[in-house]
Amino acid sequence: MNDKTELKERLRLLTVIREEALLRQRDIYPREEKVDTWPNLVVKELIALLIFTIVLVVWALVQDAPLEELANPGLTPREAKAPWYFVGLQELLVYFDPWMAGVVLPTVILVGLALVPYLDPDPIKGVGRYAIGKRKFAAFCFIFGFTMWFVLVVVGQYFRGPGWNFYLPWESLDSPKEVEVALTNFPLAAGIAFLACYYILGLGIPAVTFQNFFWRLGLIRYHITMILLMTMMLVPVKILLRQVFHIRYIVETPWFNI
Amino acid sequence: MNIFVQMWRSLFRTGVTDSPVHRVFRVVVNFILHLHPARVSKNGIKITYTFCLGGLSVLFFVMTALTGGLLMIYYTPDVDKAYANMLDLENVIPFGMFLRNLHRFAAHAMVISVSLHMLRVFLTASYKSPREFNWVIGVGLLLMTFLLSFTGYLLPWDQLSYWAVTVGTTMAENTPIVGTKGPFSVLGPEEDMRFILLGGTSIDQPTLIRFYFAHCIGLPGALVGLMALHFWRVRKAGGISRPL
Repeated sequence: MNDKTELKERLRLLTVIREEALLRQRDIYPREEKVDTWPNLVVKELIALLIFTIVLVVWALVQDAPLEELANPGLTPREAKAPWYFVGLQELLVYFDPWMAGVVLPTVILVGLALVPYLDPDPIKGVGRYAIGKRKFAAFCFIFGFTMWFVLVVVGQYFRGPGWNFYLPWESLDSPKEVEVALTNFPLAAGIAFLACYYILGLGIPAVTFQNFFWRLGLIRYHITMILLMTMMLVPVKILLRQVFHIRYIVETPWFNI
Repeated sequence: MNIFVQMWRSLFRTGVTDSPVHRVFRVVVNFILHLHPARVSKNGIKITYTFCLGGLSVLFFVMTALTGGLLMIYYTPDVDKAYANMLDLENVIPFGMFLRNLHRFAAHAMVISVSLHMLRVFLTASYKSPREFNWVIGVGLLLMTFLLSFTGYLLPWDQLSYWAVTVGTTMAENTPIVGTKGPFSVLGPEEDMRFILLGGTSIDQPTLIRFYFAHCIGLPGALVGLMALHFWRVRKAGGISRPL
């Protein structure tokens, strides 16, 4: 091979084969053991289909879907609850104003979920197996948020009665609750300072402590990841502030409250 | 050929012989099975890997679609008739209550299985390249599932549905900027987000018809479209994820 062809060949290798391309290639054509879809997969699908069809049919036979009185705009029921999968958001209304609980936080959740694949800096770690120990940070964030959603659903669904007061499931909903602990707000300046410190320290401290992590993610990924994480953590923080320190709003302005 | 043997064999277009070629053929030429590749990775079909959650989500969707279609026959999206239709389903129509129960419980099951499917995909890092965008489509499917359940909640037109939807749409009223009661609101009560959702300032006939359309046509259409994309991209990424 003369020099010119060799150089050409080298250039071709340099330009055409990038690292991601190799990864993709490996992912699409793995050297892995394969089995026939029929019957190996089809049988499992059939069994799952039969089991869950039977479960649902039996469920539908033994329990009836609820139906209350005809809709009456003039008669507010003792407890108006959202459908169970949204009760977690309704539960958040205890801690946030509706624009946060019902609009901003759900939007942040959806955007955050959609960004997951682009925020994770590692293209191969843990793919194809339950290797939670190798992805501690990612797994922690996701499982924490996932669990929080369902804990809030359970609290809202089973522990809230008339007036959205806290009732244990075996308590009678007729026994009135005297509640209303006097709630206070942060003074405006203190509130803004608190929130600013919360985000600045929340973004700053990990960047200094875990420099490897910071550089692996890069500036943009790091900031988006941490802002999403700190916003998620705002929920337990506000629950703590309200339940333990009886603080209603961190920031109270004539236009909006947080 | 014996007539009964002939009848039995006629059920299977590809014959009843078992051989590697027949196994492949059976999948490739079958309308439903051709969603699958003819051969799959051994790791991917372990129950403890997927827990069948994606497939079960499809099953629950098909169940809600079939029962939903039948329910549409007995349901009129009219505030004066909807509730009476519910009573008819319960008391007059054979298996009416069973249909409604199955529809509702399959919808619950779908919300749960879609959520758990997302958890499974996350924990196995299956959203990583080349499947990033398919995860985004999956988030869209999750949202569609929630919206379908929510819009269906209003249709019985009882106290439960009326006030649950009141809770939900009050949130829309509080959207920043575009909700009339939200922070920095610029729109009046007759032009804000809630008004668009309800088709008015209160939950009434226009709301019912909007939710009915969204529940029976708009959202299922979007869901089916996204599902097709989702499955297509699973196949094009080389099947479900496996250890690299």
